[in-house]
Amino acid sequence: MKFESLTQSIGEWLRGTGPESDIVMSSRVRLARNVAHYPFVSRASEQDRSEVERFLRERIAGTPLGQGLEYIDVGRLEEIDRQLLVERQLISREHAEAQGARGVAIDRLEQVSLMINEEDHLRIQCMHSGLDLKGAWEQIRVVDDQIQTAVPYAFHPRCGYLTACPTNVGTGIRVSVMLHLPALVITRQIDKVFRSLHKISLAVRGLYGEGSQAMGDFYQISNQTTLGRTEEQLVEQVGDVVPVLIDYERRARAFLVRETQQNVHDQVSRAYGILRTAQTISAEETMQLLSRVRMGVLLGLIGDVKIADINSLLVRTQPAHLQKLRGIELDTNDRNIERARYLRQHFEGGEGSRASVN
Amino acid sequence: MKCQHCDKQAVFHITELESGAVRELHLCEDHARSYLNQSEAGGGEAPDDEAAPKPAGGPLAVGQTADELALLDQRACDMCGITFFEFRNQGRLGCPHDYVQFEKELEPLIANIHGATEHTGRRPSRGTSGLPEGTEELTAVIGLRQRMKESISREDYEQARDQRDAIRSIEDRWLGAGPAAKEHP
Repeated sequence: MKFESLTQSIGEWLRGTGPESDIVMSSRVRLARNVAHYPFVSRASEQDRSEVERFLRERIAGTPLGQGLEYIDVGRLEEIDRQLLVERQLISREHAEAQGARGVAIDRLEQVSLMINEEDHLRIQCMHSGLDLKGAWEQIRVVDDQIQTAVPYAFHPRCGYLTACPTNVGTGIRVSVMLHLPALVITRQIDKVFRSLHKISLAVRGLYGEGSQAMGDFYQISNQTTLGRTEEQLVEQVGDVVPVLIDYERRARAFLVRETQQNVHDQVSRAYGILRTAQTISAEETMQLLSRVRMGVLLGLIGDVKIADINSLLVRTQPAHLQKLRGIELDTNDRNIERARYLRQHFEGGEGSRASVN
Repeated sequence: MKCQHCDKQAVFHITELESGAVRELHLCEDHARSYLNQSEAGGGEAPDDEAAPKPAGGPLAVGQTADELALLDQRACDMCGITFFEFRNQGRLGCPHDYVQFEKELEPLIANIHGATEHTGRRPSRGTSGLPEGTEELTAVIGLRQRMKESISREDYEQARDQRDAIRSIEDRWLGAGPAAKEHP
């Protein structure tokens, strides 16, 4: 795959379309699967891993779905290219940093990704823009069916699909939505929301998956349990809570506009001002400020910026994307300078800016 | 059940899944509040005393004595050889057979995580192949491969040949003549 071509598009999760996309960035479903005749990845020898990788790669290529997939040998990629796949949410950070034979198959739209030799032998992921959990589930079900005709997944009649970690056993499904909740953060209601989500067994994580802090007010909500309920019930469990969260966030946004308009307008304008004028800026600060500007645009406080542009900047100012766009590897300091220059060019140029041409 | 940090009744039962490791917390309202605030502020990181490797009697082993645990820890899987102790430390199982081998030990843990012990979701369809739903038979090749290696190192080639044939016959049945039905020298 040409990695430069990846940087031309922004991928499914930041397309910024689909239902409720002012708050719901993306909907994602993943399935954890293992082949029955090899040890799980953490216990597998180098040879086992190579054989599992080859077995799955060849069997998947032989399915109807396989025709439309591009296979990437992650083990042979440069670090920056692995990072690029992480930033696009096509592979996990763990998969990027792991050792040994491993790969990922991706469809042209970047909706489907099949990670081989992550924590489990196979992790199937399907991502749709906006709120579309049912659509993502329907798509992944078809993918799983096709692979299952060619691959005997490890299965136990009572325990279901067997996974390396007992937290995934049964359905092996993780259903999640990525939400942009700046108003709940500003009004300090976010902790309360998280506590109530924990009580109904839903997990909350920051933007880039497990263990990372929430950056730029982006939060991922997902199911914690995978056994004892059907896949459809688990999709519903997450799906049912999303409209409630959307409603809270909308009310918090309305409250901000009604009660503290001057303050909010000031915050948003300052964020916009820094993005347009900074000379050096970190990825974290950029994301935080873009988050505020994104809210400002949605509240009608900033007129000349498009949501799709903000979404695109969110990914293009990430370290690997930035370096790929500039065609050169940079250290952190130089990246911060280059990122600031990229942002200035983007906002100065307006519609015809280099960023939207790139 | 009492709170892990004080004598009050535990009213919050939290299962943390950070980095894939399983950790259970039983807390009173006050400790739960301070824990949740802390974990949100710190991006879900556990307090240091909670993140340390668990000695026997840790949260994985609610209701088990140290002696029981020590015995349990030494048990190894017949297929992949992982001990329950290794699993408790790493939070990852070694192979599909572990769910059978450590069934009794895993059941309370699984019940705690999921609030259930039986799968009710999708199941594989084997069509007219005549193969069973469960894949225990295919997973047996993991153990057979290991024992074949041992036979070879003992220079017991006759036994190694029998084991190789047994592996082939199982793989042929389950995998057909696809790319995986290859020889394991």
